[in-house]
Amino acid sequence: MQAASESKHVSILNTNEPDKEETKTIYAVDNFNLWYGDNQALYDVKMDIPMNKVTAIIGPSGCGKSTFIKALNRLVELVPSVKMSGSIKYDDKDIFSPKYKVEDLRTNVGMVFQNPNPFPKSIYENVIYGPKTHGIKKKKVLDEIAEKSLKGAALWDEVKDRLHENAFGLSGGQQQRLCIARCLAIEPDVILMDEPTSALDPISTTKIEELVQNLKKDYSIAIVTHNMQQAARISDKTAFFLNGEVIEYSNTDKLFSNPDDKRTEDYITGRFG
Amino acid sequence: MAVNVKEMMNEKKSNQHLLRILEKVAPVFFLLCAIISVLTTIGIILTLLVETITFFNRVSFVEFITGTEWWPFGENASYGILPLISGTLLITVIAMIVAIPIGLASAIYLSEFAPPKVRKVVKPVLEVLAGIPTIVYGFFALTFVTPMLQIAIDDLPIFNALSPGIVVGIMIIPMIASLSEDAMSSVPNSIREGALAMGSTRLEVALKVIVPAALSGIIASFVLGVSRAIGETMIVSVAAGSTPKLTTDVTESIQTMTGYIVQVTLGDASYGSTTYYSIYAVGMTLFVFTLIMNLLSQYISRRFKEDY
Repeated sequence: MQAASESKHVSILNTNEPDKEETKTIYAVDNFNLWYGDNQALYDVKMDIPMNKVTAIIGPSGCGKSTFIKALNRLVELVPSVKMSGSIKYDDKDIFSPKYKVEDLRTNVGMVFQNPNPFPKSIYENVIYGPKTHGIKKKKVLDEIAEKSLKGAALWDEVKDRLHENAFGLSGGQQQRLCIARCLAIEPDVILMDEPTSALDPISTTKIEELVQNLKKDYSIAIVTHNMQQAARISDKTAFFLNGEVIEYSNTDKLFSNPDDKRTEDYITGRFG
Repeated sequence: MAVNVKEMMNEKKSNQHLLRILEKVAPVFFLLCAIISVLTTIGIILTLLVETITFFNRVSFVEFITGTEWWPFGENASYGILPLISGTLLITVIAMIVAIPIGLASAIYLSEFAPPKVRKVVKPVLEVLAGIPTIVYGFFALTFVTPMLQIAIDDLPIFNALSPGIVVGIMIIPMIASLSEDAMSSVPNSIREGALAMGSTRLEVALKVIVPAALSGIIASFVLGVSRAIGETMIVSVAAGSTPKLTTDVTESIQTMTGYIVQVTLGDASYGSTTYYSIYAVGMTLFVFTLIMNLLSQYISRRFKEDY
């Protein structure tokens, strides 16, 4: 975690020029294939995910978008029959290399899931789970981390008086922001979001979307969504997946106003999916 | 041929009268069946209570619960139950020292680490182990474990607390493993994924997230294990001896509450004698112990129940 964030800062210093158009790539995916048993779920995926931007992944159900995002932190390997080929480089390092520890990857790359999944512990314990697991013991430091993370997830004001109550007492939207806070607590570089608002009501959804906008200053975000308006509202770049292939990947403005591919156009205008 | 659904359904309606009676009688029948077990329980408790009262008409209650000597035979009989309680607790403590770590570790392995194939084999095997008659465990203690222990410990008598204690523990392992495993497996996968996605290792997920999340079920399994160890009869009758003794020395021959009841019911006392009635008082004490344990286990699983 330390090494990666340091290298990030170093590389930012090294670029020196105030050239805002130039963005660094945090994830480089090349020729990536994935199978569940004999069923191929992803075909020759090639896409670079930029640093400190929001990258949206859209597509109909079953197109492989969730599979893809779970491959980025290797959580997809929990499925026993999964097989993969091709390369995914995170911060220029091959994440499938035997030398690369999967725990290190997941410490640098946080994830927020479709359904809020707080641990059955108190709100406070949820937030400090990561730092505690990774060896931070001092109560004062943990308190600071908890406050900072909950503020970062725009939840602090709602829970500051009941930090030690069970997290299951929170509403769905609050639980999801708690999961984001839990993720922020270990200061990742990337946050992967797998349809984070699909189980939430519109007001909670708006809150999470605003949060994403604020977070992108400090984090690179990849967000899977089946909601095209959401992708258009919050993302800088958008990839359209269909049947396990990347059909089109470009700046969000362009993809939604002037797509290159006929299938993208059909999808975003609601002709299928 | 066209199937006339309406007509066929109407045919059934012609039997309606009979069906209506069945509809009314069936719940009554089910109720009677349920009442049988309730009545049996009440009956057992009443019998225990009546005979226990008879016993306490002859022996003082204070002597019973404070006396340190249990010698219910002959002229100078003394009825202090503490030696039987200490014998029971000694067996229980040894059993739990064996059963809790091994049972919990097995549960963690099965729930969090075992490949599905291994789990498919090991879980049924555990359940078979739970179905072995306890008399078999008793002979296992007497003819296998005790001789093994005699190699390690000099002058270990053939009847001692250690050997049956260990074997009672072995008997309880499957129960703790199986119940704890159920509790851990019912923690939803999304919580495992959430913890893994934070960079936790699988061991950290198991110990810091899953075990705490399943703690109510795990502790309930421990309490039920204790309850079984207290009530266990055959293993201790066969291998622990019949020397009531207020001691913490595990190498000595002892007697448990259950062991004493077996000894007396095998014909050591004539009907109507104080010795005869003493087994009811001991049985009552045993019942109170296991009742407390069962209530405790229910309380724990309710109080600390996690709704996911």
